[in-house]
Amino acid sequence: MTSCHIAEEPIKKVAIFGGTHGNELTGVFLVKHWLKNGAEIQRTGLEVKPFITNPRAVKKCTRYIDCDLNRIFDLENLGKKMSEDLPYEVRRAQEINHLFGPKNSEDSYDIIFDLHNTTSNMGCTLILEDSRNNFLIQMFHYIKTSLAPLPCYVYLIEHPSLKYATTRSIAKYPVGIEVGPQPQGVLRADILDQMRKMIKHALDFIHHFNEGKEFPSCTIEVYKIMEKVDYPRNENGEIAAIIHPNLQDQDWKPLHPGDPVFLTLDGKTIPLGGDCTVHPVFVNEAAYYEKKEAFAKTTKLTLQAESIRCSLH
Amino acid sequence: MCSLPVPREPLRRVAVAGGTHGNEMSGIYLVRHWLLTPAELQRPSFSAVPVLANPAATAACRRYVDRDLNRTFASTFLNSRPTPDDPYEVTRARELNQLLGPKASGQAFDFVLDLHNTTANMGTCLIADSSHDVFALHLCRHLQLQYPELSCQVLLYQRSGEESHNLNSVAKNGLGLELGPQPQGVLRADIFSRMSALVATVLDFIELFNQGTTFPAFEMEAYRPVGVMDFPRTEAGNLAGTVHPQLQDQDFQPLQPGDPIFQMFSGEDLLYEGESAVYPVFINEAAYYEKGVAFVQTEKLTFSVPAMPALTPAPSPAS
Repeated sequence: MTSCHIAEEPIKKVAIFGGTHGNELTGVFLVKHWLKNGAEIQRTGLEVKPFITNPRAVKKCTRYIDCDLNRIFDLENLGKKMSEDLPYEVRRAQEINHLFGPKNSEDSYDIIFDLHNTTSNMGCTLILEDSRNNFLIQMFHYIKTSLAPLPCYVYLIEHPSLKYATTRSIAKYPVGIEVGPQPQGVLRADILDQMRKMIKHALDFIHHFNEGKEFPSCTIEVYKIMEKVDYPRNENGEIAAIIHPNLQDQDWKPLHPGDPVFLTLDGKTIPLGGDCTVHPVFVNEAAYYEKKEAFAKTTKLTLQAESIRCSLH
Repeated sequence: MCSLPVPREPLRRVAVAGGTHGNEMSGIYLVRHWLLTPAELQRPSFSAVPVLANPAATAACRRYVDRDLNRTFASTFLNSRPTPDDPYEVTRARELNQLLGPKASGQAFDFVLDLHNTTANMGTCLIADSSHDVFALHLCRHLQLQYPELSCQVLLYQRSGEESHNLNSVAKNGLGLELGPQPQGVLRADIFSRMSALVATVLDFIELFNQGTTFPAFEMEAYRPVGVMDFPRTEAGNLAGTVHPQLQDQDFQPLQPGDPIFQMFSGEDLLYEGESAVYPVFINEAAYYEKGVAFVQTEKLTFSVPAMPALTPAPSPAS
């Protein structure tokens, strides 16, 4: 009996981006290494291109020069008239869109992996932008299974207002890879090893898929963004309370109403309000202080993917 | 290097500095808190002054604007003629020298406590000048006894024969508190609380000293830098590998010849080739990549610290 599956086009063009944030070093050094010696990321029949997206920020070991590159790949910024007055990252976004896009066109790259680190204790994380993307859900299922028992979490950023215009969003299949905890400006060997494994399994999946393997229908557990929570601040806008020790490093774990969330600078505990259990992520991420995000609340849900097989077989 | 004389008068002018590096958050938030709630820094015999050492770097959440402030308190910077092109930190160092110094003068502050964080797994590290710094070492001993669970380690930073260039050196005496691991730009509640408690105990010690307490002699174990090791680099100067997983987070643990220290991106391990054990600290500190330091090698020493006799009370004024 022939199984019922969705036929997907073969994957031809893959890119691996590092240095979208210049101080998130794992991606920077993996990409620089692969630019010199790319054997590890090659698979038969597949073009895999490593690329440093924000070289000026990488050189200065800073997150960005003028503005966050990973927030500006919307059509308005990509369509602005090129000029020296545009922020560096907007000009760079247009170059990247030209090389790997254009966004929403047939010519864009099939898959872009964008490599990131976080100071939060999020472990290995895959970021999904579309809950109905069978191909990526299958890929993520494959990666999670291959990494086990090392946990790998899936963060779904599909949301009417909170979804942001990522660098990778110019591809047909955008994949965010986020590994932490790692301080900005530090390269840890254990984190490097974890990210390397995630990429290896991802490329193996693509290779198996292109070779005609059928992936039966599957489900994965994901954490979907609900809302972002800022630090309590005083009248001058300065932080008046910090992530409570009970919440620090507890990314993905259930947080119940009444559980401690913040500790004021003079020692008082602020509990979680509301009436539902949430799963916090990006708890105490250094780069999010200026974005006014102490952590994000997510809700756990299960996504299903149809069986898929490459249409050439 | 000559001994720092033990103070013979009560310490009256004490400062606690945060934000010497503008992205080391514990000290920054403590100073901000004390500027609003100064009572916490008051003791019966003195009040400590909170100082935000590098305001411009703090506002930008960067280690420094032009140059590392904590390397700028040498006399070449402090005493040279100001020019409009001076780096921000040189101008600021001169201001701090006016406020807390002048360095090596009788008018300098009695004591400066400088608050730092590191991305390295150094726990609670107390940074004193040298084994001759009797007052600071008794203070370290006091902290170790008050907080046995913290395993406070003492690091003796000043290299003999070299002029000091750190903030503490502006005052007559000083100590650095270095707490980690904490990423730059992140404020962890556990480290913040620990630093707050340590500062309170430092001030309590100064109060005890001022009230005429005797401190007996003791044997101290401390670590002293003997060299640094850079990351393995390509010809172009880029990283070719990073700290080996077996060395990562092992600050203050003995490193033996033959132990792995770096893991290359291509997979091989580089081994430590020294002749004897060293004790690495500041392992994988973010701010030290640009200084060419993957870790600082230290030797462990044990030495005697003489008793610190009680202050003799000043004669009371005739009534």
